[in-house]
Amino acid sequence: MCLLDGLLVMTIRTRFTGLKVISFLIIAVVSLPLIYLVLRASASGIDGINYLLQPRTLTILSNSILLTIAVVIASAVIGTLFAWITTRTNLPMRRVVLILGLMPMVIPSYIGALTLVAAFGPVGYLQQILEPLGIRRLPEIYGFFGASFAITIFTYPYFVLPVRAALLGMDRSLEEAAQSLGCSRWQIFWRVTLPALRPSIAAGALLTALYTLSDFGAVMVMRYNAFARAIYVTYNSSFDRSRAALLALVLVALTLLLVQLERRVTHKAQTYRAGKGTTTITKKLRLGRWQIPAFGFCAVLIGIGTLLPIGILLGWALNPHVISPIDMKLGEASWSAVTTSVLTAVVVALAALPLAIVARRTTSYWSRRLVNLTYIGNALPGIVIGLALVFFGANSMPALYQTLPLLILGYTVRFLPYGLAATGSALAGVNPAFDETAQSLGLRPWQRLFRVTIPLTWASIIAGMALVFLNTMKELPTTLMLSPIGFVTPATRIWMASEAGMLALIGLPGLILIGLSCVGLAILLWRDNLKG
Amino acid sequence: MRFSRMIFLLILLTCVVLAVAPISAQSTPETLTIYSGRGESLVGPIITLFTETTGIPVEVVYGNTAAVANQILEEGANSPADVYYGQDAGALGALAKADMLATLPAEIVDQVAPAFRSPDGLWVGTSARARVLVYNPALVEELGLELPASILDLTDPVYKGLVGWAPENASFQAQVTALRVLLGEEAAAQWLADMVANETVGFGSNNTNLYLAVANGEIPMGISNHYYMFGILADNPEAPLAHHFFPGKDPGSLINIAGAGVLATSDQPEAAQQFVAFLLSPVAQQYFTSQTYEYPVIDGIILNPLLTPLETIEVPEIDLSDLDDLQTTLTMIEESGALD
Repeated sequence: MCLLDGLLVMTIRTRFTGLKVISFLIIAVVSLPLIYLVLRASASGIDGINYLLQPRTLTILSNSILLTIAVVIASAVIGTLFAWITTRTNLPMRRVVLILGLMPMVIPSYIGALTLVAAFGPVGYLQQILEPLGIRRLPEIYGFFGASFAITIFTYPYFVLPVRAALLGMDRSLEEAAQSLGCSRWQIFWRVTLPALRPSIAAGALLTALYTLSDFGAVMVMRYNAFARAIYVTYNSSFDRSRAALLALVLVALTLLLVQLERRVTHKAQTYRAGKGTTTITKKLRLGRWQIPAFGFCAVLIGIGTLLPIGILLGWALNPHVISPIDMKLGEASWSAVTTSVLTAVVVALAALPLAIVARRTTSYWSRRLVNLTYIGNALPGIVIGLALVFFGANSMPALYQTLPLLILGYTVRFLPYGLAATGSALAGVNPAFDETAQSLGLRPWQRLFRVTIPLTWASIIAGMALVFLNTMKELPTTLMLSPIGFVTPATRIWMASEAGMLALIGLPGLILIGLSCVGLAILLWRDNLKG
Repeated sequence: MRFSRMIFLLILLTCVVLAVAPISAQSTPETLTIYSGRGESLVGPIITLFTETTGIPVEVVYGNTAAVANQILEEGANSPADVYYGQDAGALGALAKADMLATLPAEIVDQVAPAFRSPDGLWVGTSARARVLVYNPALVEELGLELPASILDLTDPVYKGLVGWAPENASFQAQVTALRVLLGEEAAAQWLADMVANETVGFGSNNTNLYLAVANGEIPMGISNHYYMFGILADNPEAPLAHHFFPGKDPGSLINIAGAGVLATSDQPEAAQQFVAFLLSPVAQQYFTSQTYEYPVIDGIILNPLLTPLETIEVPEIDLSDLDDLQTTLTMIEESGALD
């Protein structure tokens, strides 16, 4: 506490210097994984370059890019259509449909993929239903098709949210003008609505692309050799672990490229905003004979993405014949996951606050530039962070190796961008004059922090924490690699059971995980209501 | 302000937890740390029994046999592991070759036949398992397939896309090492390449899923370890599964061991040796044959009647301690494209 106070006192004397010092310390810690990855990969020298020049690397690269493109296109089409139907038409039960349609966000991709295989695998439940019709097996689900199918189903909500927000905030007079000029509904959609949605679709596309590249569960279950799987398999089945590091570096390069692209697009997007305009609620489009296809589309989506996984998990959980040969330790696992996730959320929020203040309130080019570095977590998939911190822990910091703090550090690096985005956007809405006034009234820096800055931004900070909580709860690859000995979470128990071929055992932990994630989601929604 | 006080308390609490967490996470010195390359579902119960019997608290890292051995090599002198327990003589041999294992007392090692232990007493086999072709009799008949006479025949185009394997699994890795030792590097690499070209279906490191795929008719056959079949049959006696042991001392009929060694860096070698001795005790040996359907490695144990007696399997002539060049095997498997 004294340390905290001391550092903050420095802030008042030399404006933000103390915060800058704290920020640079945080940045140094957060950059550790990348530094270690580069060190480890470069240790292999010329052999490493030769290794990467093999055709195999190119195959993995093209597999990953292909998967990303397919998922982005499919999710964009599905997500935009779903958002449009649920905001602009007179579809019955729109709110229920919307909420059920957003549910796949809380279903981790490994659970999704496992249940999809159980349902649509060559001899899955669907085949069993079709058996009387003489269908002995369904086409292969594994590989490219299965992986893109699974990831699409669980990422399209990333489009629904921004597109829906854009549709609600759009200047409706443009569409009305087009209508008065004699455009058909279809023409209005293509020539007015869609161009206005472009920035939100672009933002959703990049989010989905990053998610796809970092996804571990679906590509493992669907046996599709994208980067995350290749890195994990190489790590597990090769004596030369620098090879996994080399592959990881290529993946980081790819994701950095995407992050750069995202910054450009979102930057440009701001110039597209139409301002307030008139957002008056005009009457909803009457679907008429399109009502049944529109409803059918939503029903299929909800059926596959939400009801099917939860239904299958329920079936497994309630099956009385399933006896576990081992103790699943679900109580302990849930407790560990909740406490670690809360802890991570708090650490992320604490780390994000000084960074966000420095980024928003200082004019120094270099401080802003450095804070941008922490967004690198966006470009570091969980498998890469896990790998890098194993190298770091095992070789340089044995005292931290296989401890909770190292695991939480891994989570923090991964999810700090979420915290930064939440706190940063909230700070943007706070007039710096408040803080300056408080300073002139003689408040000490920590008093200002707690009595001005935090009360004005806490709703957003809590929302950011909820998002971090939600994602930490279901995190798998970093947890698998960095867990302290004996540390279990519902996610790692699910992984263990599926590895042991005891699918039915994932029913209960799967439901627990989804239930706990819903708590995180509820906090997010609650905060939306707070904003009115 | 009430709210800011709450936040402040929360921060304080976090700091305290963060400060305490590493201390509580640090294992007490009396805890035995086992790195297990065998799955929790298979060996979790016997490890629990060890703690119940001896009162020695245990913590276990579960993982892939090669990966866990790798992890010990990566950790080097910093490794918290006291015991390495893997399912492949090759991984044990690799650790022994890297001077990571300590010599076990003769009274432990000598209980086991020389074929199933390290000649230097650095590791000891604790249960034995056979490589085997598992097949779905109904499906094999329906497809008009003949069972292959040798593991080498699986590269025949008639089996294209019909054979499963688990190329990330340690037992498969040992199988490849055995092929290298018996047939030479080139022939082994060629076999792998031909298997990949023949569209052999990969199941990662997961033999159970391979067996389930054979049982439910996804594929007609696969190469795996013998013991998975009995667990599935216990759940579902109707499952269409059968074993085919390649005849004529074929490399495909390799008998390997699951075994253990004590780390040279262990801070409690006595408890570690006690664990290894426990795995060789009649209780544990009977558990292995009754519950995990493996072969016991000491005398005087009643073999599970479901198992084909080891004597009737025509085993290839190979010394398990020659399987220790795991590194070359892993590189060969990776380069063959089997993992993609």
